[in-house]
Amino acid sequence: MSAAARTSPWLTAATWRNLFRDRPLIPLIGLLGVLVVVIQFADPGIVTPSWAGVIMRAAVPLAILGGCQTLAMLTGGIDLSVSAVASMAGFVTATLVHSPGGVPQGIAVALAAAALAGLVSGIGVGVFRVHPLIMTLGMSFVVLGFANVWQLRMIQTGAGVPESLRWLGASTLFDVVPYSLLVFVPVTFLIVLGLRRTGYGRLLYAVGDNPIAARLSGARAWQILVVLYVISALLAAVAGLIISGFTNTASVSLADPYLLPSVAAAVIGGTSIMGGRGGYGGTIVGALILTVLTALLTVLGLPEPTRQILFGAIIVAVAAAYTRVTVES
Amino acid sequence: MNGIAVASRQRTLGAAVASSRRNAWTLGLIGFLVLLLVFTKVMQPRYGVAGVQNLAISVLPLALAAVAQAVVVIAGGIDLSIGSMMALTSVVAATMMMGQSEEFGVAVVLGVLLLGLVLGAVNGGLVVVSRVPDIVVTLAMSFVWAGCALLVRAAPGGGAAQWLKALVLGSLGNEWIPKAAVALVVMVGLIWIPVVRSRLGLSIYAIGSNRLAAFRSGVPVGRTKFFAYALTGLYAALGGLALTASTGIGTPVPGPYTLMSVAAVVLGGVSLAGGRGGVFGPIVAVIVLQMIRTDMTFLSIDSNLAYVAQGVILIGVVMFGSLFELRRARA
Repeated sequence: MSAAARTSPWLTAATWRNLFRDRPLIPLIGLLGVLVVVIQFADPGIVTPSWAGVIMRAAVPLAILGGCQTLAMLTGGIDLSVSAVASMAGFVTATLVHSPGGVPQGIAVALAAAALAGLVSGIGVGVFRVHPLIMTLGMSFVVLGFANVWQLRMIQTGAGVPESLRWLGASTLFDVVPYSLLVFVPVTFLIVLGLRRTGYGRLLYAVGDNPIAARLSGARAWQILVVLYVISALLAAVAGLIISGFTNTASVSLADPYLLPSVAAAVIGGTSIMGGRGGYGGTIVGALILTVLTALLTVLGLPEPTRQILFGAIIVAVAAAYTRVTVES
Repeated sequence: MNGIAVASRQRTLGAAVASSRRNAWTLGLIGFLVLLLVFTKVMQPRYGVAGVQNLAISVLPLALAAVAQAVVVIAGGIDLSIGSMMALTSVVAATMMMGQSEEFGVAVVLGVLLLGLVLGAVNGGLVVVSRVPDIVVTLAMSFVWAGCALLVRAAPGGGAAQWLKALVLGSLGNEWIPKAAVALVVMVGLIWIPVVRSRLGLSIYAIGSNRLAAFRSGVPVGRTKFFAYALTGLYAALGGLALTASTGIGTPVPGPYTLMSVAAVVLGGVSLAGGRGGVFGPIVAVIVLQMIRTDMTFLSIDSNLAYVAQGVILIGVVMFGSLFELRRARA
């Protein structure tokens, strides 16, 4: 109507809203940039290539676990067993260091156990229609319990995080590029490509967006969900291996502090917990934002409790801003 | 005359059948609990007064957490910050009461209950105003409340008024009636039952069962949800006080109460989709979970397998329940 609106459409609020809705990565990267600038002001000279390497190294496991949540949330679910599965994988590998097969055998056993846990979760959610929250919560109890039993069994043999995992999780090339990217980049590639270009990826969105429509168009929801939870558990196991290498510890509750941030990373990244909307790119940026935020709160010299409070408050604020922008009133 | 009596008897019989069908899940749970008790008595003939006392005290905080969760789940939400709210209210109570007079303790308890209402109201307000999914808001708020708890007191400590401890420890009259159980009944009876019988209770069930239908029938959806969250905060505060009363101190690190409360609510027959169930089922579910733990100790089963058992029971019962519903939906 007005000449101004016609000639400069990029100035209207609706355009901005559409931009944020269709390209959520742009505001997210903006937020990340702002945080980096703030941390540079808070502690001048801190932002260096090696600092970026430290941040990346810390963000990789969180981003992978966030990937589990992203995939599950696309179908309208959630995976609360990721931390238990991740800890279990790191722990099992560490206890099998001295076994005949060595590290490869340990990793194989860990991945197989994770896949089994994911299979059971998937069958529960897909076939028996158990609410994902409950199914994965119960599965986390089961995995934790078995890991504890395993711990008692293996206490004599001694455990140690294998050298190769420590290299993978903790060391960096030229003090900048963490070697965990060797795992992370292919994983990201697979997830992004899988979601964008394969039929399975589209089915994940379809099942989450409108389960009835998906069923009527011939999608077999139960198969999709079973595969989804197996993938999620495998990803969690990989993240667990990296975490145990990163921290050089093996414990059955190692990855517990990652559970809630992994959900938060996916949510900040714009994946809707109701299903059907989101993507992995946002989650990666979300994980980076959370990691930089933690670093910033540490640099500011805030005590741990205050950090926690701000952390929670910022997650609510970002999620609220998101909802305001993306949901049509 | 006679006909009327028969008809009215038939009607009461019909009502009884209907009510037992509606509460079939809870009745089944109670049956299971009785079986467990019999089993325990057979396994451990010495299980008696002391066992029941211990059971009641260890169940009390978790039962209150389950009630708190049940309220908000019935309203169609979920609160993942219950454990943190319990930690916060517990440390506030323990810190304020330490070294103070008994009378001051009364004021502290009232203040802490008010604090619980406020915490819940903040959760509810954020959920309603921001329109962010409940699970995300309360997850983030769990960090906030846990951080506040650590600010109040960095390490476990504090104290509790004698009368508060006396309120839950020991037995009342008959030694088989633990005070903790009486306290639980009173807390549910004085708060939840009046609410359920009021307009607010009906609205809570209405918005949980079908939000849109409730809205179109003139139920104030946002306000009801807000009150449901506030009520959850109040019960979380009661749970925090129960923690302080039974341990005599306050611990700033949240216990496993959030996830256990979700588990208990589901086991107790409350649908996570909202609008169905009550608070009685979750309480029975909490007792069942605790009994299973006790029994596994008696059977000298590896305590770690108790975790496995808990998970398997949780999954198994819910699977059974959903199979039941799938079949009924098909029939």
